[in-house]
Amino acid sequence: MKRHLISAADLTRDDAVLILDTAEELARVADRPIKKLPTLRGRTVVNLFFEDSTRTRISFEAAAKRLSADVINFSAKGSSVSKGESLKDTALTLEAMGADAVVIRHHDSGAPHRLATSGWIGGSVVNAGDGTHEHPTQALLDAFTMRRRLVGADTGLGRDLSGRRITIVGDVLHSRVARSNVHLLTTLGAEVTLVAPPTLVPVGVGAWPCEVSYDLDAVLGKSDAVMMLRVQRERMNAAFFPTEREYARRYGLDGDRMATMPEHAIVMHPGPMNRGMEITAEVADSARCTAVEQVANGVSIRMAVLYLLLSGAVPEEPAAGQTRTEESK
Amino acid sequence: MTETTTTTVTLLRGAKILGGEPADVLIEGETVTAVGTGLEAPQGATVIEAEGRVLLPGLVDLHTHLREPGREDSETVLTGTRAAAMGGYTAVHAMANTFPVADTAGVVEQVWRLGKESGYCDVQPVGAVTVGLEGRKLAELGAMHDSAAGVRVFSDDGKCVDDAVIMRRALEYVKAFDGVIAQHAQEPRLTEGAQMNEGLVSAELGLAGWPAVAEESIIARDVLLAAHVGSRVHICHLSTAGSVEIVRWAKSKGWNVTAEVTPHHLLLTDELVRSYDPVYKVNPPLRTEADVLALREALADGTIDCVATDHAPHPHEDKDCEWGAAAMGMVGLETALSVVQHTMVDTGLLDWAQIADRMSFRPAAIGRLAGHGRPIAAGEPANLTLLDPAYRGEVNPAEFVSRSRNTPYRGLELPGRVTHTFLRGRATVVDGKLT
Repeated sequence: MKRHLISAADLTRDDAVLILDTAEELARVADRPIKKLPTLRGRTVVNLFFEDSTRTRISFEAAAKRLSADVINFSAKGSSVSKGESLKDTALTLEAMGADAVVIRHHDSGAPHRLATSGWIGGSVVNAGDGTHEHPTQALLDAFTMRRRLVGADTGLGRDLSGRRITIVGDVLHSRVARSNVHLLTTLGAEVTLVAPPTLVPVGVGAWPCEVSYDLDAVLGKSDAVMMLRVQRERMNAAFFPTEREYARRYGLDGDRMATMPEHAIVMHPGPMNRGMEITAEVADSARCTAVEQVANGVSIRMAVLYLLLSGAVPEEPAAGQTRTEESK
Repeated sequence: MTETTTTTVTLLRGAKILGGEPADVLIEGETVTAVGTGLEAPQGATVIEAEGRVLLPGLVDLHTHLREPGREDSETVLTGTRAAAMGGYTAVHAMANTFPVADTAGVVEQVWRLGKESGYCDVQPVGAVTVGLEGRKLAELGAMHDSAAGVRVFSDDGKCVDDAVIMRRALEYVKAFDGVIAQHAQEPRLTEGAQMNEGLVSAELGLAGWPAVAEESIIARDVLLAAHVGSRVHICHLSTAGSVEIVRWAKSKGWNVTAEVTPHHLLLTDELVRSYDPVYKVNPPLRTEADVLALREALADGTIDCVATDHAPHPHEDKDCEWGAAAMGMVGLETALSVVQHTMVDTGLLDWAQIADRMSFRPAAIGRLAGHGRPIAAGEPANLTLLDPAYRGEVNPAEFVSRSRNTPYRGLELPGRVTHTFLRGRATVVDGKLT
């Protein structure tokens, strides 16, 4: 694997399968009474969050801690960033503190790419969601969830998602989850169909390796997994669709629609859900909905990513009393 | 740069005038006094052996941001005109989006005076169309015209005059003094939060798209308005193939429409944005390969009248950041002629006489600028640019005389180099160095 995880497009099939397999192995830690491995002892992971996202942050935090890494949480709110500090100066500060990995969530598309390529820091950069660009660990945990459910936890090892048909429904235009999923699922051999009102599909989607449909009912019957994206109510005010009710009628998943899906098919949601908007309570609470499982799988996937990025360059065990030096990073 | 009482005499020997046959050019004082072969160097004349070099009329830029007053950290009139001289320019039009905005006679006269004092290049201030560039209320266009600055080009550049009534009135009003409105064509609602050209690349990068139609719809409206009121409109930094079609159509109607293209839109595409390096962030955004080719063709066939730099200096920190936080714009004065040679001359699309037309004659005519954009002949003002077209070199921003370094060409090998620039007979650049 590369030193950073910025885009799902950077992962080869073998990289992706390795991450899923590693996550499967690490998931067993969660079943132990003591959920901790010593693997990243002495390594420092910084969660650099310029955007509020408690769910993603605690998922990365739990993952790093289960691997025994030291975790520093840096939130833009109430920090020097809110006083106008630049990304560069923040990065230089983290570098000076000896971050081995920086997990970054940022409101600007491309910010993790800048962080990784500008020479400001020497550690690994993990994209935890940038603007409307990508969210690769979300796509990995989604793929992990699909492989477990559609192929099997044990039988799935070493395998990809060849031939599976995945439908992603909702605000594709503004969705980093959709972008990362299209890249990763295609790499893993799945066939992806995006469903949205035409206003929420980007101009230029024609070049993406997937199908686009404006008709949800037409694709549900041939889907192995249906991923419902969160639709922000503010979009309504920008004329992307007329009303919340019209959106729910045309693109929401309710019990009747779910009944048209094949029996084995699952419903996914990256959360947080707008119950009553893109998904009804009946669907969200059904056994077919994997939303809660996805959260649990998120920790395993993030453990796998941190493990694979950081363990390739494990520093020598420092002698007792010896402190970290710049060279040891 | 001190004034001398003795008349300076310079003889350029064997220069290819507008790329033609080698000839000698004699400059005495502020004027070209003789053009011919085998001219004798008068006593005390400076002789410049110019074999193989191309002599052009001093270049004229219709679109320069000199940043003074207000953002002297990025450029001043002095540093900007030095950069202009290095690029072969003898006149630049200073855009109005300064702090305060150049929307009164006082501010345009200040910029005009700073230009006079700099001595490197004539500075013709552009006046704002509306007060504070806010698009609501006409600025005192007449007062700016009547001031010492003699403003004829008005622009809210950086912002679009999007209100159709304000645009119509501005077009009508400046007819009284042969003015022109230079429109920054960008429909504001279609470009809210826009970060880059809307297309394949923006879809992938998740950057808010800047559709071509946001430019084209304003141009379409404005050429119709200009025709309706019988005035003239100039389109700033045209960037799309569709815009070219509209301007071509308007010209075919005989309407008084002119247009400019920047060097960077003749060379660079939105593929570069994949690096998320804000050095490529510019307004209007870099477009596609098809747009670039259409712009070159339009500049070649005259649909686009001229090249304008849109020289937009920014301090380092405004580009050394994430894309969304970065300022828009690129410096261009010192690289314009090289980029144009690379994209238009070395590709066979234009010869040097046509370059003189697109980079000097026509912009001077659009701005109604006296003493610039003149033929190279006896009796004409000695505003001249001598360049070595055989030169090849990498762009090194550290060598720029501009105060800013935000160039997209760092490390790129480009042809051509200005060796001498003459402003009314006085050399501002000698052997590629400022005097």
